[in-house]
Amino acid sequence: MKKTSSAAGSAKDTSLKKFLYERKPMLDDVKHSVYLWKKTPLALIGTVIIGLFLLIALFAPLLAPYDPIATDLSRKLEAPSAAHPFGLDQFGRDVLSRVIMGSRIEVQIIFIISIISITIGLIVGIVAGYFGGVVDEILMRITDIFLAFPRLVLAMAFAAALRPTLANAIVAISLVEWTVYARLARAEAIKVRSQPYIEAIKAVGASDFKIMFFHVLPMSISPVIVQLTMRMGTIILTAASLGFLGLGAQPPLPEWGAIVSDGRSYLMNNWWITAFPGMAIAITVLGFNLLGDGIRDILDPRIRR
Amino acid sequence: MQATTERENRDILIQANHLRKLFAVKKNFYSHPLYVKAVDDCDFSIRKNTVFGIVGESGSGKTTLGRVILRLIEATGGSVVFDGKNLMSLSSQELRLFRRRMQIISQDPYNSLHPRKVVKKLIGEGLGIHFRLSSQEIDERVKNILTLVGLREEHMYRYPHEFSGGQRQRIAIARALVLKPEFIVLDEPTSALDVSVQAIILKMLKELKRDFALTYMLITHDLAVIDYMADDVAVMYLGQIVELGSKNDIFLRTAHPYACLLIDSVPPPTPSEHWSGKILNGEIPSPIHVPSGCRFHPRCPQAREICKTKEPVLSELQPGHFAKCHFPLNA
Repeated sequence: MKKTSSAAGSAKDTSLKKFLYERKPMLDDVKHSVYLWKKTPLALIGTVIIGLFLLIALFAPLLAPYDPIATDLSRKLEAPSAAHPFGLDQFGRDVLSRVIMGSRIEVQIIFIISIISITIGLIVGIVAGYFGGVVDEILMRITDIFLAFPRLVLAMAFAAALRPTLANAIVAISLVEWTVYARLARAEAIKVRSQPYIEAIKAVGASDFKIMFFHVLPMSISPVIVQLTMRMGTIILTAASLGFLGLGAQPPLPEWGAIVSDGRSYLMNNWWITAFPGMAIAITVLGFNLLGDGIRDILDPRIRR
Repeated sequence: MQATTERENRDILIQANHLRKLFAVKKNFYSHPLYVKAVDDCDFSIRKNTVFGIVGESGSGKTTLGRVILRLIEATGGSVVFDGKNLMSLSSQELRLFRRRMQIISQDPYNSLHPRKVVKKLIGEGLGIHFRLSSQEIDERVKNILTLVGLREEHMYRYPHEFSGGQRQRIAIARALVLKPEFIVLDEPTSALDVSVQAIILKMLKELKRDFALTYMLITHDLAVIDYMADDVAVMYLGQIVELGSKNDIFLRTAHPYACLLIDSVPPPTPSEHWSGKILNGEIPSPIHVPSGCRFHPRCPQAREICKTKEPVLSELQPGHFAKCHFPLNA
C-alpha cells in the first residue's frame, strides 16, 4: 500500500519537473518582467494602489464599519468624526462604508466592460486585419461610425436608450469602448499576417479560423492588453460619469459616481459626501494610469533587452 | 506514340500551364491600375523524384512562381495540375487538406517559425490538422522527425529564438517533412545560412529526397546549389522562363545569352582559376514597364534590330531543351 503511494508520488514529481522544464523559457521571461517592474517606481506605486483597491473590494464586507444603505435620518449630514471618518450623508448613511462597498461595484464594472469590449474589439480587429479588402472596409467603416461620436455622449445615448440601470451602463460603455481595441488589433494583425511564419502555417493547411485566433491573435494581443490597462482609468471615469448623470447605477447602490452625484446639492456646506468618493475615483484612476504606463514600458522590446 | 506520352504523363507530378500572376499597383485612388508582371505565361512540368531548379536574378519572379504553384498566392491565370488534379479548381477546404502533399521551406529561417511556439507545437501543428493522432502519437512522431533532421528530442520544448540559423532551418524542414509530403518547394533554402551550414543542409535535403522519394522545386540564385541539386533547370527573367532544359543542357549547351551571362558572372572559388570577368550589366528592368520585343534586349550583348520589336517564342532546340531567343548560342 505504502509502496504504491510512493511510486505515484514520484511519478507526480517527475511530471511536475517535466512541466517546469517545458515552461522554463516562459518562467525566465516572467522573471525578467518582474525585475523590470521593480526598477520602475511609478509602476510600483500604481501596482500598490491597484492592489489595495482590489483588496478593499475583496474584503469590503469585513472592512466596511456600517451597513452602506442603512439610513439614520436623525444623524443626517453629520461631519467627519472618529466614529465616521468620512462623515454621514443626507440620509445619515456612513460615507466610508459606501465608498468601501462601492469599490466592489467598480471592480465589477471594469471586469465586465474589459471582457466584453476586448472580445468584440479583438474579433472585429483581427478578422478585418487578417482578411483585408472588402471585409476590412466594411468592419472598419462600422468602427468609424462608432468613433464619429464623442465616447461619453455615445455611451450616454446607449445608456439612455437601454433604460438607466448599472447593467445597461456596462453594456453601453462596452459598446463604445471596443473600437479602441478593434483598431489596435487590426493594425497588429496586418503587421503579423504578412510574416513568413503565418504563410508557413497556411502552407501546412491550417484553417483561417485557426490562423487568426491561434497564430495572429497571440502576436497581436500585447499592445491591446497594454491599452486595456491604460484605459481602465477612463472606464471608471465613464462609469462614474454615467452614474453622476443618473444614467448608470441607481440609488441606493453605492457606485462612486452616483454617490458624488448624491452629494452635489450639499457641496457647499457638506463637502465630505462628494469629496471622499471623488478622491477614491481620482486615486483609482491614477493607479490604473501608472500601472498601464508601467506595463507598456515593461513590454516595450526596446527597454526589455 | 500514344503509349509514350501516357508513360510520360505518369512520371509527371506537376504540370504548370500558362501560369500568370499580375499584381495591380495603383499610383493613387483615381488612376488606372498598372500591373507588375511577376509571373508571365510560364509553362513547365516537374517529373516525379527529380529536382526542378529555378534560377534568376532578384526580381525575376522566382519566389512568386513558387508561391503560385502551391496556391499560397492565387494565380491570375493558367493552371497547375498536381498528380492529375487541377489545384486551381479546388475549393479552399479541399485545398487545405491537399496541402499535406505539398510543402514549402522558405528562405528566412528567422521569421518562418512562430516566435511564441515551442518546437513541438511548430512541428506537431500540421499533424493535428491532417491526421487523427493522440497526443502521445504526435509526441512520438515529432521526436522521430527531430532525430531525422539532426536535432535532439530535448529540443522539443525550446523556442525558435534559442536555435541557430541552421538549426532553425532543420526545424522548418522537419515541419514540412512530418506531413509526409510528395512535393516540396525549396525557396532559397540556404541563402540565409553560412557556407558550411549550407553544405550540410543541402546534403541532408538530398538524402531526404532519396529516402522519402520526394520531388523538389528548388528556387535559388546560386548556380552552385543548382549544380549540386538539380536535374532540370529553368532560367527565369522578368517573370518568364527564358531557358528550360536538363542541368547539362543549361550548363554545357547554354543557349540563351542571359543564362550564359548568369553562369559567367559567378567567380570561381579559387583565385588561381581564370575568371572571364564577364558580368551582367545594369539592373533588371521594371516588371511594370517591360521592354518591348525580347525582354532581355536592353542588356543583351547579342541584341539585334528584331529583338527590339519581335518577342521570341520558347522553342525547342533539342529534345527537352528550350530557349526563348531569336539567336540562341551553341545552336
